[in-house]
Amino acid sequence: MSRLMSEEGIRIDGRRWNELRPVRIEVGVLKNADGSSYIEFGKNKIVVAVYGPKEVHPKHMALPDRSVLRCRYHMLPFSVEERKNPAPSRREIEISKITREALEPALILEDYPRTVIDVFIEVLQSDGGSRCAGITAASVALADAGINMRDLVAACAAGKVGGRIVLDINDEEDKMGEADMPVAYLPNLKQVSLLQLDGKLTADEYRECLNLAISGCMQVYSIQREALMRKYFATDKRGGDEGGGGEEE
Amino acid sequence: MSKRYVLPGDLIVEGNPHLKPLANVIRIGDRLHATRIGIVEISQNSVKVIPLSGIYVPRVGDLVIGKVIDYSAMAWEVDINSCFLGHLPAQDVFGKEFSPGRDDLTKRFNIGDVIACRILNFDRTRDPLLTVADKDLGKISEGEVVKISPTKVPRLIGKRGSMIQMIEQLTRCRIVVGQNGVLVVTGVNKDAVHVAVKAIRMVEEGAHTVNLTERVKEMLQGVQVGR
Repeated sequence: MSRLMSEEGIRIDGRRWNELRPVRIEVGVLKNADGSSYIEFGKNKIVVAVYGPKEVHPKHMALPDRSVLRCRYHMLPFSVEERKNPAPSRREIEISKITREALEPALILEDYPRTVIDVFIEVLQSDGGSRCAGITAASVALADAGINMRDLVAACAAGKVGGRIVLDINDEEDKMGEADMPVAYLPNLKQVSLLQLDGKLTADEYRECLNLAISGCMQVYSIQREALMRKYFATDKRGGDEGGGGEEE
Repeated sequence: MSKRYVLPGDLIVEGNPHLKPLANVIRIGDRLHATRIGIVEISQNSVKVIPLSGIYVPRVGDLVIGKVIDYSAMAWEVDINSCFLGHLPAQDVFGKEFSPGRDDLTKRFNIGDVIACRILNFDRTRDPLLTVADKDLGKISEGEVVKISPTKVPRLIGKRGSMIQMIEQLTRCRIVVGQNGVLVVTGVNKDAVHVAVKAIRMVEEGAHTVNLTERVKEMLQGVQVGR
């Protein structure tokens, strides 16, 4: 057996094959952003801020029939062991793009023509699977910003480590394991909006890995729900005198 | 009517073709899903979600308070705290005989002026068209501008204006409420305005709690006794 997986099937950080790292999400952590969230996904620590919908500058970038979604995934210089140059790297540009493409199907951008929605994902501390954590937190921040959405987006990776298909690859497993497959999933619509694969899997392993990643996404989704519910409905005493609603005269 | 809390994507009803999706609800196949964080309201033939977060999206007929940020020869541009800029044509103020050569727009509204206006027309393809041609509309020359979340405006007004009237009476202030979350408070003195703003903030923070009117009333009465 390899260093990553013990005889008893215990992984390097003590988890079993189907266990997530501890995940914690907080909503509305930034006062100046329209929507924000903070996520701890294992050792990942990520802040997401959402601005918009707002006017587009420069104006020629605006689309007449829908909103423009702009995403920036960025790792802070101190987020990794050796200082990282803060300029966007090739990897960050790619992750910004796939994040946008993972979030777009969930948003109803047609509701806000000629506007832009900015999503800033800042990685304070990175571990494996930061793109999944970023997408998960971004979707929560978008909901917090009150942007019309078809569904939330939950993301989680699965992969192959020490010959076994396991859920939620961490940094060491990513570097030394055999395969890493990040998946973003729209839980209510049952659609996959991101699927990447780094490594080699057989057809059967691929199916097993995808299903495991989706089950991980569902676990992440319940944590997202809980975080949003806690922020918006914590007191749970809504109703009462005037009702939360309209002033219908 | 039961109150149900929903998040974006949550299934509200399945397999009822007679229910019409209204605000913040979409139909996907034969299922109705919420698109915002909010509270579901199901009536006999429609479903809507009252949102708890988000920016102001203009609706025709809304009273809004905006700030003039620019003007051209024919119109003013007004920041109405939304993702769209309000467009106030000069004809609306000067009448049909408006001539860009003769009439000077800055004589009526200058950059930085705060104005109360109504949304005359809006269809998302163009910027919302504003009007000031009605009583109580036009330039606001005094008062304190307060911004709150647009989703909390209905709560601040209360049922048939109960909340806002109560605050106005107890603080002897006048509060103009824009549906875009911008308010203008004018009062007899600084202290009165200060107390009214405090009450408004209290409503904003406790918008989701019960007996809010009572608590705000208590707070306001306590302040008045002390004065």
